[in-house]
Amino acid sequence: VDTLIQQIVSGLATGGIYGSLALALVMIYQATDVVNYAQGEMAMFSTYLAWTLLNAGLPYWLAFVATLVIAFVGGLLLERVLIRPVESAPVLTIVIVCIGLLVILNSVAGWIYSYIQKPFPSPFPSKPIRVGNIYFGAHDLGALGVTLLVLVGLYVFFRFTTLGLAMRAAAQNPVSSRLCGIRVGWMLAIGWGLAALVGAVAGMMVAPIVFLDPNMMAGILIYAFASATLGGFTSPGGAVLGGLIVGVIENLVGTYVKFIGTELKLTVALVLILVVLLVRPSGLFGRPVVRRV
Amino acid sequence: MSLPRRWTVALAAAALVVALVLPFTLSNFRLFQFTQVYIYAMALLGLNILTGYNGQISLGHGAFYAVGAYTTAIMIDQWGVPYGWTIVAAGLLCLVAGFLFGIPALRLEGLYLALATFALALAVPQILKYFEHWTGGSQGIVLAKPGAPWGLELSPDQWLYLLTLGVLVALFGLAANLLRGRTGRAIVAIRDNPVAAQAMGVNTALYKSLTFGVSAAYTGVAGALSALAIAFVAPDAFNVFLSITLLVGIVIGGLASISGAVFGALFIQFVPNWAQDISKAAPWAIYGVFLIVFMYAMPHGIAGSLRLAAGRWRRRRAGTTPAG
Repeated sequence: VDTLIQQIVSGLATGGIYGSLALALVMIYQATDVVNYAQGEMAMFSTYLAWTLLNAGLPYWLAFVATLVIAFVGGLLLERVLIRPVESAPVLTIVIVCIGLLVILNSVAGWIYSYIQKPFPSPFPSKPIRVGNIYFGAHDLGALGVTLLVLVGLYVFFRFTTLGLAMRAAAQNPVSSRLCGIRVGWMLAIGWGLAALVGAVAGMMVAPIVFLDPNMMAGILIYAFASATLGGFTSPGGAVLGGLIVGVIENLVGTYVKFIGTELKLTVALVLILVVLLVRPSGLFGRPVVRRV
Repeated sequence: MSLPRRWTVALAAAALVVALVLPFTLSNFRLFQFTQVYIYAMALLGLNILTGYNGQISLGHGAFYAVGAYTTAIMIDQWGVPYGWTIVAAGLLCLVAGFLFGIPALRLEGLYLALATFALALAVPQILKYFEHWTGGSQGIVLAKPGAPWGLELSPDQWLYLLTLGVLVALFGLAANLLRGRTGRAIVAIRDNPVAAQAMGVNTALYKSLTFGVSAAYTGVAGALSALAIAFVAPDAFNVFLSITLLVGIVIGGLASISGAVFGALFIQFVPNWAQDISKAAPWAIYGVFLIVFMYAMPHGIAGSLRLAAGRWRRRRAGTTPAG
């Protein structure tokens, strides 16, 4: 039982990270109907920037905040420059542009920082916390806490601020919002900025676990996709919950189902995505999208 | 505004003549590169039938390429099947696999299909490593290059080149016929307006899964030939970047264009080679930039731009004012 609880807790921790990346995906999807394939690479790139700042001698939390600011501005600019011209183009065009962005970020990171893995510091103490017979990794708990903090922050932002309200309106009904004087284009850009920021948090939380390298996000991105699909691409809360579920499933399956182990981890995510899309395409908490012909 | 048919035939014939002369003038290494170009062209044509013509986005065609390659490798390595049959088997297996994957794909549109296939592409190397007993795990399988049959005086590279060229011409002819007729119109109609296509009596579900199957078969044959040409298969060669490379190829060559597959294949074979001299990361940076620039500036790729240029030239010669 102790192992079980331990596995669930560490599953929740990684799940929180999947959840925050999934949250970033869902935010962009809701605001712009784009699934951002470059989300993982954006997070990876932000984490490298954080690494640079830390190496320049900045204290951790200062570098953390600075990275968030840079990520926000970067996400905003990417939307303005790259996505805006193809906003109303067919899905294929948008997918290809996002893939292009993925490839560029990945190779530029490799170019600047090389493909060698780098350790990334955790802001939390390395000593595990003991409760009864169970050890909790301090970083696991910290990462989970940070994720929840981000979620609460976003909830408050969208629920109680005028800007948040305007963004929700712009996503739901662009035409009416524009008539009300909301600058829809900018709302979308801010949406990208926020998603980049959330992604940066996820990147900095996961980097101490998986180490920093340009390809570190590929596996995490697919889990984030699985989480977002499970929770429903139309539900931000669902995405986070989906992430937690996926994290726990991943850990339990890896520990208890012998023939899968850790070697078929990505396949588990693939199967999960396919099953959810086939059985309940809108996910657990999403609403089905109805389209007028 | 496409070229007149006799021109297309003449150009294709000229290209074929050049292609037939190449093996007797080039070094073995160059020849290998051109063999690779033809292999890519087949895979790109397969992906283009699905994505360009039928509008189903696949970010995971590397998976079918891998299935083709491993079918050939395993059949030769484990069961000693003659390599010619393994190519056929790879094509058939991928046809079935693609058809089966196409059935759930029916319920997934646009972004979701892209997502599912993307996940497939990411998962492939792991799956290959897992079935170590057959696939040789991360060590892969080493094959011997087949020599020329019937006592022909050809080096293995020359023979493989000609074999690949032959398969390529056959597959291109098949695709051109498939896409020109009633079937092709149905495939394109599904892309442009699925509801209208269905109302006109097109069995969209059947056509979509069949297109998926045919597309996978093309890519599988390409994979099989690549296993022979490289004489080696290993899981990490079939990672997600292979699938992205194929996507780059059809975008650069031209979506929904048959000749585009050749331009795309030339691009993905030679440009990275040149770019590699700048930096290890440079080929991918260039891919990315090209992807985005082409989407903005030349959404119909090289083939589409050539077609436009040819149309403009003909109109000027005919002295008519361009319509629209």
